Amino acid sequence: MENYWHSVNLDITKCNGCTNCLKRCPTEAIRLRNGKAEIINERCIDCGECIRVCPYHAKRALTDELSDMKYYKYNVALVSIPIYGQFHLNKEINKIFNSFYNLGFDEVYDVAKAADYLSIALKDRLENKEQDGPLISTLCPAIIRLIQIRFPSLIDRIIKLETPMEIAARLAKREAMEKTGLSMDEIGTFYITECPAKITSIKNPVGIRKSYVDRAISIESVYSKILKLYPDVEIRKQIQNSSSIGIGWAKANGQSYSIKAKNYLAVDGVENVIEVLEGMELGKLNDVDFFEGYACVNGCIGGPLTMENSFIAKARIRRISEEIGESQFEAIDKAKALEIINLEMKDWIDDIKPKNVMKLDSDIRVAINKMDMIEQIYKQLPGIDCGTCGAPSCRALAEDIVRGEASIDDCIIRKGQEAKK
Amino acid sequence: MAETEKTIKLEYEVGKEEFSKAGIASSNIKKVLNQIGIDSTIVRRVAIAAYESEINIVIHSEGGKIIAEISHDRIIIVAHDKGKGIENIENAMTKGFSTASNEAREMGFGAGMGLPNMKRTSDQFSIESSKGSDTIVEMIFNI
Repeated sequence: MENYWHSVNLDITKCNGCTNCLKRCPTEAIRLRNGKAEIINERCIDCGECIRVCPYHAKRALTDELSDMKYYKYNVALVSIPIYGQFHLNKEINKIFNSFYNLGFDEVYDVAKAADYLSIALKDRLENKEQDGPLISTLCPAIIRLIQIRFPSLIDRIIKLETPMEIAARLAKREAMEKTGLSMDEIGTFYITECPAKITSIKNPVGIRKSYVDRAISIESVYSKILKLYPDVEIRKQIQNSSSIGIGWAKANGQSYSIKAKNYLAVDGVENVIEVLEGMELGKLNDVDFFEGYACVNGCIGGPLTMENSFIAKARIRRISEEIGESQFEAIDKAKALEIINLEMKDWIDDIKPKNVMKLDSDIRVAINKMDMIEQIYKQLPGIDCGTCGAPSCRALAEDIVRGEASIDDCIIRKGQEAKK
Repeated sequence: MAETEKTIKLEYEVGKEEFSKAGIASSNIKKVLNQIGIDSTIVRRVAIAAYESEINIVIHSEGGKIIAEISHDRIIIVAHDKGKGIENIENAMTKGFSTASNEAREMGFGAGMGLPNMKRTSDQFSIESSKGSDTIVEMIFNI
């Protein structure tokens, strides 16, 4: 737990010690210490809220670089689905995919194709579901980690199904191995990512031992290069080969639409997701069959590593989807797609486990004592949640004091009130 | 172990017809239980029972409170309300039986599953009420 690696990170030189990120973090993973923000690593779910909200751009995602291609003999770009909404409609999408050859990749893969296959598997899982109430999508890794930390009783509702990124990586690796005769390790798979949480899933996967994705490069970092290259890009191949069904997975609602679900609930924005999951835990949503939740507004197209405003991207995806249509999807042999996914799912060997990072103590008696102390300290605090002490709320400060990580003197409001007496 | 066994007591006021606030008490209790490290299946049962209690107070009473007492071996949830009381407890405990108003039903409440759910999720369940007097429901969950 001490060495938990995750993508969202702080550039300390840029942090000016304001409280914007502190307040927005849904897992209370940020503290201000000595005038600078600090991320409590094991609590971070990589939702990217702090990246979005930081006025000084001090929060960033740790990513890899194009130059990392040198470590492999053959490199494949796995282009994430939100790419469809990133460029003006006067740019041809297949040409955008082909521009990755110009960036130095040997092969390019349309991740939306894996979403086409997954739509078939998801429908199958829902048709055969055995429990009442909603099953939860695995697509957004930030939401999965949120559930592990804040809603452990909902873990058994999570559908065991890989993401399009992971399935695409496996299919692309196999294809490349067959084509080149190289070994698995000699082939580098680079996910062109919209999302810091997916980078974390590559290094610290949930449910599987090792991801088939080797590296992640942000859409942001290749965006202007692609625009520059675009006029000279030659079309080598029809890379874009997914249907509008798979492309739809880029946005909230996309999964439900892909399986033509009736009783579904699609929620975007981490605060909204938390509210709905609270209700789900209280048994309010037993009439729902499927739940897709996204940390980002509008779904993956709202990812913090994209370039385009998510509403504009959404409108573009709608236009492109209409043009591409569903015929490619209809043409897929459903039984074969299911076979592909089920074969790739063999690697999912671990259960998703709760992450007890909020737990006060492993001994329940000690934990109860600590909770009692928290209540006592909390009563002495002003309750205005100003954040000046470095904790996101008075409640969180009380917890930090009991955990031995802060002192009641950190509250300057209380100090002032005491002095007046 | 020299320390005396502590019990945490949490108390929440629940107002008559305050539908928009129903769920606050149960969510808070749930959060505290998670932090103490109670097994998630127990947390879920307590949360459902506490939520049903909150809804009952909102729908049927003149207001009341939810009290949670947490100790190392058990959790007690008490729902205490002032109101018209329950005339026939046996009826009230029957699945599907409800005296909820049309208004409450239109909001999706009052399906007659509240008390049966509270009994189902708890290890010990008792109810004390009569026409015109307070209603006290006590639920015990063993850890």
